[in-house]
Amino acid sequence: MATDTSAYEEMIKGLWRDNPVFVQVLGMCPMLAVTNSAINAVVMGLATFFVLVGSSFLVSSFKQWIPKQVRISLYIIIIATFVTVVDYSLLALLPTIHKELGAFIPLIVANCMILGRQEAFASKHNVKYAVMDAVGMSAGFMIALFALGSVREILGVGAFFGIDLFGANFEPWVIMILPPGGFLTLGLLLLFFNWFTERRREFLLKVAESSRVAYVDGDK
Amino acid sequence: MDNLLWIFISTLLVNNFVLAYFLGLCPFLGVSGQLETSFRLGLATTFVLVITALCAWVLNTYVLIYAPYLRLISFIVVIASTVQFIEMSIKKLSPSLFKSLGIFLPLITTNCAILGLAIFATNRGYGLIEGLTFALGAGAGFTLAMVLMAGIREETEINNVPALIKGTAFNLIIAGILSMAFMGFAGLFSST
Repeated sequence: MATDTSAYEEMIKGLWRDNPVFVQVLGMCPMLAVTNSAINAVVMGLATFFVLVGSSFLVSSFKQWIPKQVRISLYIIIIATFVTVVDYSLLALLPTIHKELGAFIPLIVANCMILGRQEAFASKHNVKYAVMDAVGMSAGFMIALFALGSVREILGVGAFFGIDLFGANFEPWVIMILPPGGFLTLGLLLLFFNWFTERRREFLLKVAESSRVAYVDGDK
Repeated sequence: MDNLLWIFISTLLVNNFVLAYFLGLCPFLGVSGQLETSFRLGLATTFVLVITALCAWVLNTYVLIYAPYLRLISFIVVIASTVQFIEMSIKKLSPSLFKSLGIFLPLITTNCAILGLAIFATNRGYGLIEGLTFALGAGAGFTLAMVLMAGIREETEINNVPALIKGTAFNLIIAGILSMAFMGFAGLFSST
């Protein structure tokens, strides 16, 4: 039972506390490049999900046989194999989105978040934990992609998943779907995230303080 | 010749790798604290970019026509081993250069601008000379972005920035403003 809770813990930490984008600031390149619409962001998130879970599974299954000296190259080859699978599947299944994402599908290989998880986690834990961790981390990555993609599409096009939201009177902020919008939106999202974490910490401190006071008062 | 100049200027300014294509953001946000180091890192990256363009051209012309699905895997393996090789040879040939570049070389392997360059050059069907020009332009653009960012960051070091925004959020907003400025170059070519 105890192992189940900790496996769950490994999964849940990627969503918020150790979120790969907001907290660790990893995987910035795909994060900014493909989030000009919500649907692109979701497809990119799913592709990263597949690659990260697949390679974490393989790396942790074969960890006994991977020599220490060449481990990084082997991880990269494993990741590149999964990315090739994703690249060709997307080309066959969703050709229009594949065309829009363009060179950024192959560039998943260079996403430092994926290599980082292999080195820091999958190579040291068993298959179950490695897969749980990969699921959590890529879900966290997907949440961040989705948040950024939605904000940029709503403000930049006035639509969400291609559905018009504000009618004809809305003047879209074109800058939002252009490169500067990506930097600015992510900067502001990070700011919001920092603010929220800080506020939560203060709240918890206050709760701890008041309960201590209550305890002391009760003692009298 | 006209074409080559166009490729160089457009990768340097209009389609700047960092500010328009979002490639190489990790060093751009992470290592841009000081002007001197950023400049050196930019030069080292340019060097690796040119070598990579050469390798990508050789692979594309002689190997990958027989097995296009191996493109990604062979690119990444070649890049990683080339960087390793360059590191070893610089260490052997010029210890003083190694001292100034040394720490940056491993960092460059994880720079997605390198792989991005190889993929973009292939997708656009560049030949050898065009590919090398493209690499030079990309390297110069990367160096330019790094140096500008480092200069701004050095200046803001003494400013009174709220604690909450300090760090990555602040750097991203600076990058956004820089990127906006670079969009002004988009009108440089009437043909684009």
